Amino acid sequence: MMNDRSCRRIARLLPLSLALPATLLLSGCQWVVLDPQGPIGLEERSIILIATALMLLVVVPVIALILLFAWRYRASNEQADYRPNWSHSNRIEAVVWLIPCLIVSALGVIAWRSSHALDPYRPLASPMKPLRIDAVALDWKWLFIYPDQKVATVNQVAFPANVPVEFHITSATVMNAFFIPQLGSQIYAMAGMETRLHLLADQPGTYQGLSSNYSGDGFSGMTFKAIALAPRDFAAWLAKVAASRQPLSAQAYEQLASPSENNPVAYYSQVRPGLFAAILAGRLGSGGMPAMVAMRSH
Amino acid sequence: MLGKLTLAAIPYQNPIVMGGVGLMVLAAIAVLGTITVMGQWRYLWTEWLTSVDHKRIGAMYIILAGVMLLRGFADAIMMRAQQALAYGGHPGYLPPEHFDQVFSAHGVIMIFFMAMPFMIGLMNCVLPLQIGARDVAFPFLNSLSLWLTVAGALLVNLSLAIGNFARTGWLAYPPLSELHFSPGVGVDYYIWALQISGVGTTLTGVNFIATILKMRAPGMTLMRMPVFTWTALCTNILIVAAFPILTISLALLTLDRYLGMHFFTNALGGDPMMYINLIWIWGHPEVYILILPAFGVFSEIIATFSGKRLFGYTSMVFATMAIALLSFLVWLHHFFTMGSGADVNAFFGITTMVIAVPTGVKIFNWLFTMYRGRVRFDSPVLWTIGFMITFTIGGMSGVLMAVPPADFVLHNSLFLVAHFHNVIIGGVVFGAMAGLTYWFPKVFGFRLNERLGKAAFWCWLVGFYVAFMPLYALGLMGATRRMDHYANPAWHPLFVTAAVGAGIICCGIALQLAQIVVSIAQRERARDLTGDPWQGRTLEWATASPPPAYNFARIPVVRDRDAFWDMKQRGVQMKASVYRPIHMPRNTGTGLVIAVLLGAAAFAMVWHIWWLAIGGFAAAMVALIRHAFDDDRDFYVEAEEVRRTESLRGHAPLRSV
Amino acid sequence: MSTGPTIAHGGALAFRPGYADHAADALRDLRPATDAVDFELEHHHDAASTAQLGFWIYLMSDCLLFAGLFATYSVLHVRTAGGPTAPQLFHLPYVLAETVCLLVSSFTCGLATLAMGRRSRGATLGWLAVTFTLGLAFIGLEAHEFAHLIADHAGPDRSAFLSSFFTLVATHGLHVTCGLIWMAIMMVLVVKKGFTASVQSRLSCLSLFWHFLDIIWVGVFTLVYLFGALK
Repeated sequence: MMNDRSCRRIARLLPLSLALPATLLLSGCQWVVLDPQGPIGLEERSIILIATALMLLVVVPVIALILLFAWRYRASNEQADYRPNWSHSNRIEAVVWLIPCLIVSALGVIAWRSSHALDPYRPLASPMKPLRIDAVALDWKWLFIYPDQKVATVNQVAFPANVPVEFHITSATVMNAFFIPQLGSQIYAMAGMETRLHLLADQPGTYQGLSSNYSGDGFSGMTFKAIALAPRDFAAWLAKVAASRQPLSAQAYEQLASPSENNPVAYYSQVRPGLFAAILAGRLGSGGMPAMVAMRSH
Repeated sequence: MLGKLTLAAIPYQNPIVMGGVGLMVLAAIAVLGTITVMGQWRYLWTEWLTSVDHKRIGAMYIILAGVMLLRGFADAIMMRAQQALAYGGHPGYLPPEHFDQVFSAHGVIMIFFMAMPFMIGLMNCVLPLQIGARDVAFPFLNSLSLWLTVAGALLVNLSLAIGNFARTGWLAYPPLSELHFSPGVGVDYYIWALQISGVGTTLTGVNFIATILKMRAPGMTLMRMPVFTWTALCTNILIVAAFPILTISLALLTLDRYLGMHFFTNALGGDPMMYINLIWIWGHPEVYILILPAFGVFSEIIATFSGKRLFGYTSMVFATMAIALLSFLVWLHHFFTMGSGADVNAFFGITTMVIAVPTGVKIFNWLFTMYRGRVRFDSPVLWTIGFMITFTIGGMSGVLMAVPPADFVLHNSLFLVAHFHNVIIGGVVFGAMAGLTYWFPKVFGFRLNERLGKAAFWCWLVGFYVAFMPLYALGLMGATRRMDHYANPAWHPLFVTAAVGAGIICCGIALQLAQIVVSIAQRERARDLTGDPWQGRTLEWATASPPPAYNFARIPVVRDRDAFWDMKQRGVQMKASVYRPIHMPRNTGTGLVIAVLLGAAAFAMVWHIWWLAIGGFAAAMVALIRHAFDDDRDFYVEAEEVRRTESLRGHAPLRSV
Repeated sequence: MSTGPTIAHGGALAFRPGYADHAADALRDLRPATDAVDFELEHHHDAASTAQLGFWIYLMSDCLLFAGLFATYSVLHVRTAGGPTAPQLFHLPYVLAETVCLLVSSFTCGLATLAMGRRSRGATLGWLAVTFTLGLAFIGLEAHEFAHLIADHAGPDRSAFLSSFFTLVATHGLHVTCGLIWMAIMMVLVVKKGFTASVQSRLSCLSLFWHFLDIIWVGVFTLVYLFGALK
């Protein structure tokens, strides 16, 4: 039963229960979604914060009113007005329909505009020429192919900071999702289909990447590092990859494509030309999967 | 002879699984043994298993839900424990093959075999009483629906002991769920358990719509129906409209797996995206099927315990219908990140937000029901207030993710997991608990222990926040769902906190189990002698607790909303002076028999035991057809017996179950 | 026993310890109900009408089932995976024969219903038998078509197009088959029991079902065969 004593008890616990979230909030560096390092992520964070603020405008007063009304109109409070048959008010109806409609309209406009502005397929406005990287989801690792540089890596992708990166993504196995949380959007990786994602890192740094769509037993180990480098360092990295003397031929690819977990970073020089297109078209089997039909691209 | 089934299907070498199996077997022996020792098999058969009485069927649905809550919650504890242990290189105690089954089973059990049966059970117990009817429109189908659901639940439980369960998540997306990537029996168990119970649910939908439209008491126009009846009507319309889509989604996957077709395979033209669209066209209405009855429960409770009319009845009705209709227009928000393009994403994002409007209106209606009322803080009201606050927060995180670019960074993360648990626990589970406490005296004739009930509520409420607020944080830290281990040690304290929260909820569940035991032990003291323990407003409170099999000796004429309250206000005591013979349906075991046969056939399909599959299905059809030829399906309760039963009202001893 | 705060409000039931006794007292203040005014006078057991409503609702769910299959077909019918395509496989004259069988059977089913209205057992059974035969012919033609396609390496496992084609058409065929079994049972019931209320109600539901399947077939014929063959 709610009485004054239990209310006082709850009031005493309140500061304590806020302590934990407060401590967490202060260690800001872990909040990757709220600490983006690229323009896409930054836009998305703004949307999260604005939408939340808009909704709190309604939610906070509503929760306050719930507690207030429950308290004020508790049965033991005989001072409060009691109108057992009062159940309609046009004014209140108008307000309770109108205010959510207004908030939803505002959010709707935000949703429309931002869905177009942040469409993963939309190239980024930048004076720099985009770098194309092909990403292939395998069981259970990520293969990154640099078609123009003709090199490939496993579980590590690097690109110059401040240069837009145009990812072409597919899967050679089941559905996955390509995601670098600190840079921005994720998008599904699906066999026989090519999805695209444009990202950019504002400054050099190393970011965590993962698959965000469960794909089987080795899914949790399917993480990779996304490294943004200064242009000179990127050139050096490319040279390091090219010097690996490990060609990614069709056989090497078949070997790679068979199921394995927690793969260490690997570098390949001399990628078989048209490898990505062949994977997309299903001409290269993966772990015994039958060859697929002609590709579908968005 | 036994298809793929061999003794090797029993996972002897897995101690955790065998432990679980052992517990299940022990529990089964305990229950069956107790019944045997107490000599209650005949009673159980004639009064419960063959019953077509909606009150008994409803109670059995809720018992099923309670049992499966324990099973699904055990899965939850296992997941929280694993994630609290497996950080920075530690593998934890659950290998991935096992963990993946656990989270898949957790979702399937909680949605299909806990939440659905709970809500259907509440509707069964209450609805005919609320509209002044004697039973549902099709009592035999009602029994069949129950037993088909039980068969599905049994299949899922059987998968623990014989073979394994799906490792695909609760919706079994292809191509992972296709034969190539899931060659075992797990996905087959999943498919058949859901198909069999899905048929039961669809029949329930047909049954309740017909009941509500055709069997209301005279004078009860649609706009005089209780709000719970309205939400039940919309729920069942959703069931009838949505479940066929689930049926075909699963059927097409079945055809891929069994007959080598190519609906959703990677090869030969299959399109997994088609499955995702179909399954979510079902999936989104499904969550509204779960929440709408809960909204109805809360509407009844808040009006009754505020001693006041529900605020804004008309707008409640329209809001409910709007929600039901709109729920078919939002499904794509479950896969904004599939790359459908900005126009499509934006459209569905906006429709998703629009649905928040009628939902928000309901919160205000409940709020203004309390306003100028006299709110009594019995535990149903605690659950209601807990719901109003918790569901609002969950709704907020939902509308946030309805903005596609926000979803691009939050999809499939633990933020998403926190959101849907926020609305499902805060909405559906709290509603189920509130409804259980509220209507328990009506169904069983005595009240549940209030002190234990309140303690359980606080454990659930606090436990929920401690378990799921860290998950919101983790989602914002880039943690995705369904991980069996992770590298980032900074996430670890949050996972530990979440595990503590699950532990607190566990205490809540333990308290509820204690509450049931204690209440049964103390039932004579807590008897509801008047039939109206809460100063009720709707017709179910006009009957005895528990009501006689025929519910009402004479069907009352309804003159206003809150029909019973209206009668009390007019000063009328609802006691008949003239009794008439009452036409009642006979009990029958056919529903149970058909479900057993179809269950056996489904099990046989899982293990490719073709003769048993065909034979079981054929036998079930024979039983159904035989039932069609059966003319001895009903009987009359003589007027004299009615008079006698009514005269015992308030004095009859409680049946010792 | 739970306690609650006292409500002092003239007329309303108080809620305090011993509430049950007080409520019993309060009940005594109420006047007894008047039979003619407060209770339903006669209880009409309109079981037939309820059964038909229930059956309509089931038919709507079945309609949505077919809608899902149509949707699947319309998405997947282009994905022929290098295999046979619709124009190559569909022979309109053959399908026309199937269609005629089914459409005429719908007509004869209507005639059977009319005969039932006249309570003419012989005519009802006769027209039902004709309906049954036509339905059986439809199934036979369809099964033959399927066997032919499968023998020609155009079975449901060849491509997504064929999977969706076979499934849509065969689901309809399965429904028709169930209808035939039901029809046979109804004929037996008419012979054994005559035109009881239950038999009439079920025959009405059966004819609803049969006409519904006819409508679905029109959809199949148009969307699948006509559009497919004429591409």
